[in-house]
Amino acid sequence: MSKELIRLRDLTMEFDGERILDSINLYINDHEFLTLLGPSGCGKTTTLRIIGGFLTPTAGTVTFDGKCINDVPPYDRQINTVFQRYALFPHLNVFDNIAFGLRVAKCPKEEINERVNRMLEIVSLKGYGHRNVASLSGGQQQRVAIARALVNEPKVLLLDEPLAALDLRLRKDMQNELKRIQQATGITFVYVTHDQEEALSMSDTVVVMDKGRIQQIGKPEDIYNEPKNAFVADFIGESNILDGTMLADYKVKFFGRTFECVDKGFAPNEPVDVVIRPEDIDIVAPEQGHLVGTVTSITFKGLNYDIIVEFKGFKWLIQTTDYCAEGSTIGIRLNPEDIHIMRKSEYSGMFGDYSSYSAEYDELTEDADEDEE
Amino acid sequence: MKTRNKSAFLSLPYIIFMVVFTLIPLGVVAYYALTDPSTGEFTLDNLMNLSEFLPVLGRSVLYSLISAVICLVLGYPVAYYIAHRGQVAQKILYMLIMLPMCMSFLLRTLAWVGLLQDTGIINNFLDWIGIGRLQLIRTPGAVVLGMVYNYLPYMILPLYSIIVKIDNRLIEAAEDLGCTPAQTFLRVVLPLSVPGILSGMTMVFVPAVSTFYISQKLGGGQDTVMIGDLIERQFKQADNPNLGAALSLVLMALVFLCTGLMNRFGGDEEGVVV
Repeated sequence: MSKELIRLRDLTMEFDGERILDSINLYINDHEFLTLLGPSGCGKTTTLRIIGGFLTPTAGTVTFDGKCINDVPPYDRQINTVFQRYALFPHLNVFDNIAFGLRVAKCPKEEINERVNRMLEIVSLKGYGHRNVASLSGGQQQRVAIARALVNEPKVLLLDEPLAALDLRLRKDMQNELKRIQQATGITFVYVTHDQEEALSMSDTVVVMDKGRIQQIGKPEDIYNEPKNAFVADFIGESNILDGTMLADYKVKFFGRTFECVDKGFAPNEPVDVVIRPEDIDIVAPEQGHLVGTVTSITFKGLNYDIIVEFKGFKWLIQTTDYCAEGSTIGIRLNPEDIHIMRKSEYSGMFGDYSSYSAEYDELTEDADEDEE
Repeated sequence: MKTRNKSAFLSLPYIIFMVVFTLIPLGVVAYYALTDPSTGEFTLDNLMNLSEFLPVLGRSVLYSLISAVICLVLGYPVAYYIAHRGQVAQKILYMLIMLPMCMSFLLRTLAWVGLLQDTGIINNFLDWIGIGRLQLIRTPGAVVLGMVYNYLPYMILPLYSIIVKIDNRLIEAAEDLGCTPAQTFLRVVLPLSVPGILSGMTMVFVPAVSTFYISQKLGGGQDTVMIGDLIERQFKQADNPNLGAALSLVLMALVFLCTGLMNRFGGDEEGVVV
């Protein structure tokens, strides 16, 4: 696509003997929109702060344009940051906040005026220059923070959960806005978020992280369709994850039944994790089904129903537009391309069972995510 | 509505206290200032004849301002240093700054007399190493030194409480936008410290401008007489409480004027703690 701009090599970070990052290897291309995605405490913000120069890694190197920048202070890097909760200067108005970097760089006055005003237009805040930043709404402050970073025309823009404090509607608008700005300016974006939907819809490349390690790197479609382990499958979207055995290439056995699939390259009879996305499952009459189960609950979600179906003691989540009454017996069919096979990992058995599923569960986890440092 | 009434009720003891011990005495001071010493009739003479004391007033303001500025220069780095230590270290250092305030103000000033006087510790030492004795006490410098020494904590504490609240992410944001540490300080930290600077300046200036003990013990001669000395003299020696009251009123007006100017100079409506 284009040339490599930043490379992280064996990046390791420890705080008080606790390992926050464990041998991160990653390269970021010029003009790319790359997202670091993971739950609280996975090391994504730490990685971003190392690239920004606010933290020095315990071991490993950061190279920028081929040169090691481990010891380069933040003010000498061609990188700007949009901070979590914005960090706007309270003693400056909107215009002066945006002009800050240009003034430090001793730009001529006319040029500052021109560039700041153009930025105000880009982030749809024309005429807000004289406003006090404290008088702006969250979304407006957000856009000032983005303008303040972008006006310096950095090579790379780092964004640390920039939309986390906004409500859903505004967040969607800003996602489109950010993507548009990134494409218009061609600036490399490194974006940190715990919101998988945000990551999938905006990024060229998604890096899924957990416990200080990279779990998978890939295009959004690949991450979604071919998750590498149970953690990725569960974190990106909803997944039913079952124990299976790979009998031979293209043949997998689970629930005592052999299915055709599209995966190969496993050892004969290798135990594997089988991922089935809730939206890929076809509901049919019981006599036509590969498997037959009982509906134990149904929740209306707007676009679809979430139904929980019990198959031999194991509960699956199925998303369907058809109403299925609680207690009814249904059959399901699985097409070969709906069955994704993953090798066993440390995450096997931890995710993908909906036995304890309840509608409130989603909300609870979402609240917990807000607390990220 | 209900809570407002309740809070008004709770502040009643303070209001009574203020009326009895501040407002009424203030009325008495005004009464004395506006009456004739011998006849007790209303007159403006006490206030009209103050021009001869203008040099003393000017001197008081000058010395107090110099002290406040020196306190700022000495105190800011200390406050900054404390604000950037760990939690435990901050508490310990805060206590150390408070420590001199636990000692008697008189004692602290007298200690400097012992150090500075002609046969004091410093002069004995200078004599011993062959430099000879110097005129240290009874100089304007000694008075300013006394003020700085006594009022420095009142500068450091408000500065510290403001600096410690500056969000570290603002400093990171400044660095991110190209500021070297020195530029970060000038463009972000210092402007955000202004409320602390103003309140520290006020806390040093106000007691310094009305002091009399320091100038009496460490000063001497005509060029160290302060307005506070003059007022005390009217009540204790000259037996002219009417003139003393008039001088007090003028001093009060002056303090209001100076602090008002300082806060206006600081610009914004950021609440300055006085």
